[in-house]
Amino acid sequence: MVATYEPRHDLKVVGTRPIRHDGYDKVTGRAVYGGDVKVPGLVWGEVLRSPHAHANIKSIDTSEADAMPGVLATMTHADLPIADDKLIDTGEGTVNVMRHAQNVMADDKALYKGHVVAAVAAVDRNTAQEAASRIKVEYEVLPVVNSVDEAMADDAPILIPELEGDHLGQKVSPTNVATHFRHQIGDPEQGFAESDLVVDRTFTLPMVHQGYIELHNATAFWDEEDRITIWSSTQGAFGVRSQTAAILAMDESRIKVNPVEIGGGFGGKTVVYLPPVAAVLSRKAHRPVKMIMDRRSVFEGSGPAPGGKIRVRMGVTNDGKLKAADADIRFEAGAFPGSAVTAGAICVLACYNIPNVRIDGRDIVVNKPKSAAYRAPGSPQVAFASEQVVDEICEKMGWDKIQFRLDNASQEGTRRADGPSFARVGLVETLEAALASDHWNSPLEETGPDGKLRGRGIASGYWMNGGGKSTCDLSVADDGIVFMNEGSADIGGTRASIAMQAAEVLGVDAHDVRPSIPDTDSIGFTGVTGGSRTTYATGYAAYEASLELIEKLKVRASMVWGIDADEVDFADGVFSSKSDPELRLGFKELAQRLEGTGGPVTSTASVDLAEAGNSFAVHICDLEVDPQTGKTDVIRYTALQDVGKAVHPSYVEGQLQGGVVQGIGWTLNEEYFMTEEGVMTNSSFLDYRMPTSLDLPMIDTILVEVANPLHPFGVRGVAEVPLAPPLGAVSNAVTNATGQRYTDAPINPGKIVAGLANGDES
Amino acid sequence: MARVFIPFNLRKHTGDVDQLDVPGATLGRVIDNLEERFPGIKEHLVEDGRLKAGVSAVCGHAATRRGLMQPLQEDTEVHFVPAISGGASGA
Repeated sequence: MVATYEPRHDLKVVGTRPIRHDGYDKVTGRAVYGGDVKVPGLVWGEVLRSPHAHANIKSIDTSEADAMPGVLATMTHADLPIADDKLIDTGEGTVNVMRHAQNVMADDKALYKGHVVAAVAAVDRNTAQEAASRIKVEYEVLPVVNSVDEAMADDAPILIPELEGDHLGQKVSPTNVATHFRHQIGDPEQGFAESDLVVDRTFTLPMVHQGYIELHNATAFWDEEDRITIWSSTQGAFGVRSQTAAILAMDESRIKVNPVEIGGGFGGKTVVYLPPVAAVLSRKAHRPVKMIMDRRSVFEGSGPAPGGKIRVRMGVTNDGKLKAADADIRFEAGAFPGSAVTAGAICVLACYNIPNVRIDGRDIVVNKPKSAAYRAPGSPQVAFASEQVVDEICEKMGWDKIQFRLDNASQEGTRRADGPSFARVGLVETLEAALASDHWNSPLEETGPDGKLRGRGIASGYWMNGGGKSTCDLSVADDGIVFMNEGSADIGGTRASIAMQAAEVLGVDAHDVRPSIPDTDSIGFTGVTGGSRTTYATGYAAYEASLELIEKLKVRASMVWGIDADEVDFADGVFSSKSDPELRLGFKELAQRLEGTGGPVTSTASVDLAEAGNSFAVHICDLEVDPQTGKTDVIRYTALQDVGKAVHPSYVEGQLQGGVVQGIGWTLNEEYFMTEEGVMTNSSFLDYRMPTSLDLPMIDTILVEVANPLHPFGVRGVAEVPLAPPLGAVSNAVTNATGQRYTDAPINPGKIVAGLANGDES
Repeated sequence: MARVFIPFNLRKHTGDVDQLDVPGATLGRVIDNLEERFPGIKEHLVEDGRLKAGVSAVCGHAATRRGLMQPLQEDTEVHFVPAISGGASGA
């Protein structure tokens, strides 16, 4: 279902549902993924990972591996250049190169179980694995820091002795708290004093993984001219280039990254792990080197979403208005600084117009893998907290949970606690759509026919969305087909969504625009496919390139007709004379008459967009809980979202449904189950239980289209915010079903049974 | 005059002033003028002639992509906030 505000009725391609351009390649297996890459002379690389979560590395002896037949090279951190302890801007975010290099391969300390300590290249995979196992590492095992509380204890072991923390502007060392920042507007304490009800809860969440199916992989060849060619599954080929160049202290222009198809990423494939290692092994082996993680390595050695501890306090007055709020967000960055706490701090109370707010954020290192992005990084965790507090307020005051959110909803002009105010946003319209939805207006029995407890939950969520740099090139073939090169990795159907925007401008069918994603030497810089920026920003580049193409074709039409270019009009795919109605040529007709008019017609456009258009989502969840076993089954779910303009509604609906499924798993099942020694004990898909289609009902979607005034078609990013509300919606539904509030994720059967027996699990 | 909001972590440099009007046609000029009034604040915002890595300047509703060259209108709001991490930023 689509509810449209400020609609554009003149769109002919945008808003339709053509078959995706890469559909046949994907369903027939022709599409080339990183694991499919074969080049002449290819050999295998493998890594050795630390068995300890925290240990000094006293020595590494590769001699036995080096002596093995078939071994071509070994590598340790000493093979990487010495990098500065400094943040650099890679063009798509900042990177501390030294820390990043230490994460790719440990220097003098192993900081999590699974941290790479050495690597080997050999003629085949078995030899490489055997050789890696023969590398001898002497460790001095250190006490493990497993949580933010342990990391902040007075006697906490220090992970990075040289780390200088910034605590509200004060430099602090030694510390495990890399950053403590604060946002504040108004006078929160005064606001709480004037409140009639204050709800104060503390929530905890474990690390979780994005759970992409395709394993991390990279193939690299370091040639005789010190140029590196890389093939890697990534959300951004330019990010692979910039991060690898920074770690290897090379000019980016010496590295070419060939994008291959990506089998899921969800934020986790914005960071490099293997490409610099494969490159160095290739330099030493003089052969192209291919590396693929196994599933256990992906869990233990890539970047999960941060866990942590979040306290939220909110105060309301009897007239139904939020008066004050504060939030204290402590995120596990993992082994190195850089969690999503800054984004979490922006999102935690962003759905609400509150005059007095204080938000504290802490980025804390612990002996776990370095965290990475996971759809709307930081927002799902904080919504788990804030949306439960809002739910509890409504329960205690007897208020309607949507009406309360409407009465306090952020809208244009509302100031967030971090300072900026919103432009045109669609939270109010999305809440109104929820209020009118069939789901919200369908009564839910308190118990099912088999005695299971039923409950309904609702929650909202927010994500900023991204802009940034994108490039798009177009060229017209003789038959009128338009070839499109664009630089965005296609992770969610963006070939289609970008091509459709070009087709809309050009007045042609979506399939008359043929998108390709070339290597980094062959297209201008384009930022990572993440942050919900690609359909917006690369689509904007396609729009601008299409406008330029039309202007050039007007000139060609004028040459064909022997009239001034100013005399040529273009509308709905037809070029025409302003004065002679007989002179008309369709796009394809003109393309076939370009001979002699000046050669091929091409255009290019690059953008660097500051503003994006923020997104809000509202989710409603019905579920039932078996009081005997604690098992939870979601029985109905509706996701509503302000999507701006759904370029390809099927893919937008898919984004919403996918986010919901991930959020249900995050709330009910998923966690990095860690021992006291910092060892993950469930590092397989058998034990790390994610929901499948067999576990879930159909996820209903309602697309609310509040046009983004910053985009010619009203587009907003759509792929991040669907994961923001589910943790709140599902947990609130569990509370509604059981009468107990659960503040420690995941809300698994054991906790539910304990909660039913003993009262609040928390 | 741009309306500059001082982030909490830098208010020790401004004597707890949390917002003020600062003249300047560009973000760079505004920061220079801010430094003139509150010496020592600039080093937290600018490094090597660019906005410091890890600092994001929101001018109006969105983080600027033009850095210190960002033109500012008379009533533009300027916010200095931590750059969003946990995404592409890596370790």
